[in-house]
Amino acid sequence: MSDMNTAMVEKYRNDFLKEVEANVEEGQWVKMCMQCGVCSGSCPLGNAWAHPPQEIFMMIRAGKRDEVLKSDSMWMCTSCYNCIVRCPRELPITHIMHGLATYSKRLGLAPKTQPTSQFSEIFWNNMMKRGRVNELKLGLSLYFKDGFGQGIKNALANQKLGMSMMKAKRMSPAEFFGGHGIKDASGLQKMIKKAEEIELAKLKANT
Amino acid sequence: MSDEKKFAAFICTGCGIGDRLDAKQLEMTATRDGKMQSCHSHEMLCSKEGVQLIRDQIDNEGANHIMIAACSRRAKVEAFNFTDVAMSRANLREGVIWSRPEGDEHQETTQEMADDYVRMACAEVRFMEVPQPSEEQGCVENILIVGGGVSGMTAALEAAAAGFNCHIVEKEGELGGWAAKWHKRIPYRAAPEGTPNTLTAHLPDPVDNDVADLIGQVEASDKISVHLNARVTRTSGAPGRFAADITTESGSTTTENFGAIVQASGWKPFDIDSLPEYGHQHPDVVTNVELEQMAREAGDGPIKRPSDGKEVKSVAFVQNAGQTSTKEGYLPYHSGIGDLISIKQAMYFKAQNGDDCDTTILYDNLRTPGAPGEDFYRAGQQKMVIFTKASVDQVAADGSGAKVKFKDKILDEDVELPVDLVVLDIGMVPNSGPDPYAANESLEGMSEEEQEAVKEELESETAVTVESILNLDYRQGTDLPQLKWGFTDSHFICFPYETRRTGIYAAGPVRRPMDIKQAQDDATGAAMKAVQAAVHAAHGEAVHPRVGDLSYPRFRKEGCTQCKRCTVECPFGAINEDEERYPLFNESRCRRCGTCMGACPVRVISFDNYSIDTVGQQIKNVDVPDEFEEKPRILVLACENDAYPALDQAAVSGQEISPWARVIPVRCLGSVSLSWVTDSMNNGFDGVIMMGCKRGDDYQCHFVRGSAMAAERMAKVGDTLSTLNLEPERVVVHEVAITDIERAPRLIKEMEDVVERVGLSPFKF
Repeated sequence: MSDMNTAMVEKYRNDFLKEVEANVEEGQWVKMCMQCGVCSGSCPLGNAWAHPPQEIFMMIRAGKRDEVLKSDSMWMCTSCYNCIVRCPRELPITHIMHGLATYSKRLGLAPKTQPTSQFSEIFWNNMMKRGRVNELKLGLSLYFKDGFGQGIKNALANQKLGMSMMKAKRMSPAEFFGGHGIKDASGLQKMIKKAEEIELAKLKANT
Repeated sequence: MSDEKKFAAFICTGCGIGDRLDAKQLEMTATRDGKMQSCHSHEMLCSKEGVQLIRDQIDNEGANHIMIAACSRRAKVEAFNFTDVAMSRANLREGVIWSRPEGDEHQETTQEMADDYVRMACAEVRFMEVPQPSEEQGCVENILIVGGGVSGMTAALEAAAAGFNCHIVEKEGELGGWAAKWHKRIPYRAAPEGTPNTLTAHLPDPVDNDVADLIGQVEASDKISVHLNARVTRTSGAPGRFAADITTESGSTTTENFGAIVQASGWKPFDIDSLPEYGHQHPDVVTNVELEQMAREAGDGPIKRPSDGKEVKSVAFVQNAGQTSTKEGYLPYHSGIGDLISIKQAMYFKAQNGDDCDTTILYDNLRTPGAPGEDFYRAGQQKMVIFTKASVDQVAADGSGAKVKFKDKILDEDVELPVDLVVLDIGMVPNSGPDPYAANESLEGMSEEEQEAVKEELESETAVTVESILNLDYRQGTDLPQLKWGFTDSHFICFPYETRRTGIYAAGPVRRPMDIKQAQDDATGAAMKAVQAAVHAAHGEAVHPRVGDLSYPRFRKEGCTQCKRCTVECPFGAINEDEERYPLFNESRCRRCGTCMGACPVRVISFDNYSIDTVGQQIKNVDVPDEFEEKPRILVLACENDAYPALDQAAVSGQEISPWARVIPVRCLGSVSLSWVTDSMNNGFDGVIMMGCKRGDDYQCHFVRGSAMAAERMAKVGDTLSTLNLEPERVVVHEVAITDIERAPRLIKEMEDVVERVGLSPFKF
């Protein structure tokens, strides 16, 4: 996707705010931020962010394209919606954060080893196979994402939790073999593919 | 009306007064101690029958001095409105029964309190005269308006609509002032209620400049005369009979008579050239005033860069340039509307130079006052005006164009922003004349020689730098007094238009920085006050706050020592000097505060219904028990505007007030004569509390300087007490606000404790 990145840089040159307006979900709201900082103060994970939302908005206006898109900040959002509820200007901050994350991923700028970004990808691929999340496999692929040895260690460390979930019938070992899915998984896949194409075409058209 | 005084007393037994107090004894007190010739009780004196009872006594029995013992003098003023007689009121309801607990153990002291208040009110009315209007002048339905900008023109149109003639004196060659030069106006209406918060919602935009319409209306009015290129070279007289010389540039002078004056002398832009860091010497760095001209000249086309005529593609607005700083050469205040102006001007660029023109507003604290303020801010954001919280260090030339060096206060980093044009948000400086009190205030605490030196220096300075606007021939200076930073003083809490010169009202940016809409509201208020002042003056009545009062200061010439203290201390410059150097009272300039009365060391100044005697006799008629009874007496002199209603309200809300207190309302603490304090001490009072309003820069005194004057005078009262061998803590001065309903009774309680500590006064006979 790096050619799209180059194309976007070409097109918007210094005007990152306009680039965000055109390409990021709910990005048109960024200009309406009045820098009160209530979002940053309300975020339960605020101190884990390199740049809290208020700062991200200011960076966008200041044209700090790389710092924003390569940042792991918007990946820290847990969608608790505290900021949306409290924003006096009613900005859809959570959506903007996810929009920025998606956009940076599309352009290939998102940090490669950021755990939530990796989890998102694993979750997505898992879900797309059968149209439902296979929790056993999701857990396992998370355990083993950093290699086999680390995977065994992770599995042993969480052994008790896994057993309890099975006892409580929250997870089934049978899932390992195929697992449950929706009626027409390939139909869903086609649908999603089409949607992705449309989105991509929209981005391309913007370049 | 015959000169003989005929006294009648009326006692109300309603509202529980009759149940709690012995009305028969009160009647006896009024007739025997109070020397009232008749006394009537009524179970509800403020009712139609009760009022008729009083009216009958006045009309049929010839009573011309009446004493009403009922509720507080601040209650039932419509019912007890007898303007043709002298009247005093004893406060039995709030002052006695509501502020004292019920019960047999309190009955004796409560009844004593009531008897004292009746005695005091009787004594007061015995020493009153029926107020007679001064009949100084007739009604001159003509208003002088100094300044032909938006404020002046609005004031003229409003006064004309009220049927008055107006003369506008404008120093420039045309009407309209600064506002006529603006490209567009800041909007003055918020988005309609219910406008959704969406990205495409229709929010207020800059509106067309309609000052030309205003000029048209002024020119079309047959009640308004306009004097262009003219100045007021002399103003004499008083409300209702001002005479002003209007001199044009050519030298011709006309003299006109006026009922009142509105000073709308406006403002001038702050001189930013004295601060080199803002780089105004560079052609591509302009002030917001200059930008209006550039935008206007561009019509609806793009605004061009002054240095080379290139179309502006990026512009930075430096907010608060040279303002809100205590540094030498800066404006110490914020002009309030600069952020609205910059949002408006950024929108010029978006509209005239295209959406792709970058507009950055470098603000520190964004302030958008007024109804549409927040909506207008959002409208700017909708149009992609960038707002950056920053502190600007320097504006420098950058070839063609300019560079702004600033610290981004959100991202905490230093930034250099190259732009085609920089606009400086400069402040508004009031067009005031020389402050009549500038010398006096800086003189406090200096020796006489130093004072003379400073005075001379200041006089030579002001003579050079500031030209008088009104040229008043008042003894106390040529122009309106100022509060701070050259802005005209006004009672900012309650009466924004009143100045310390009665009948002269300031309006518009000479009072504080404001935009067109605010100035129009302001001017409307000032015009209405001016009309009111002219009419009141014609009737010989006071204006705010003693509206309608017919009394005015009179003085006994043979006793006067020509010490001039009254002329100096009058907060309103009402008193001039006559040819023989005696004080010359200008009744209609007077606000009836009595500060002159309090100032007079030989006690020759009095009002018909308020004098050294009306209060002094109240003090003398309090029954002071001998020391063996162990009942102290505490005199409370309470300002009738704030402290007295606070005590009333305390009683209403069920607070107890000490049974030893005897409260006398005074017009202003400034009217308190030192003789009252010494008299009360000699009469055996154990303590004196004076309750006045807050003084200082954020004063709440209705007469501006009254409570400050009192504080100055009373600072020396300790010496007097020492000569009497009394403890200085027996006399205290407190600042009491109208809201101090819990504190005011507590202050009296504190005095009770002081008396307990230092012992009863040795002067009880």
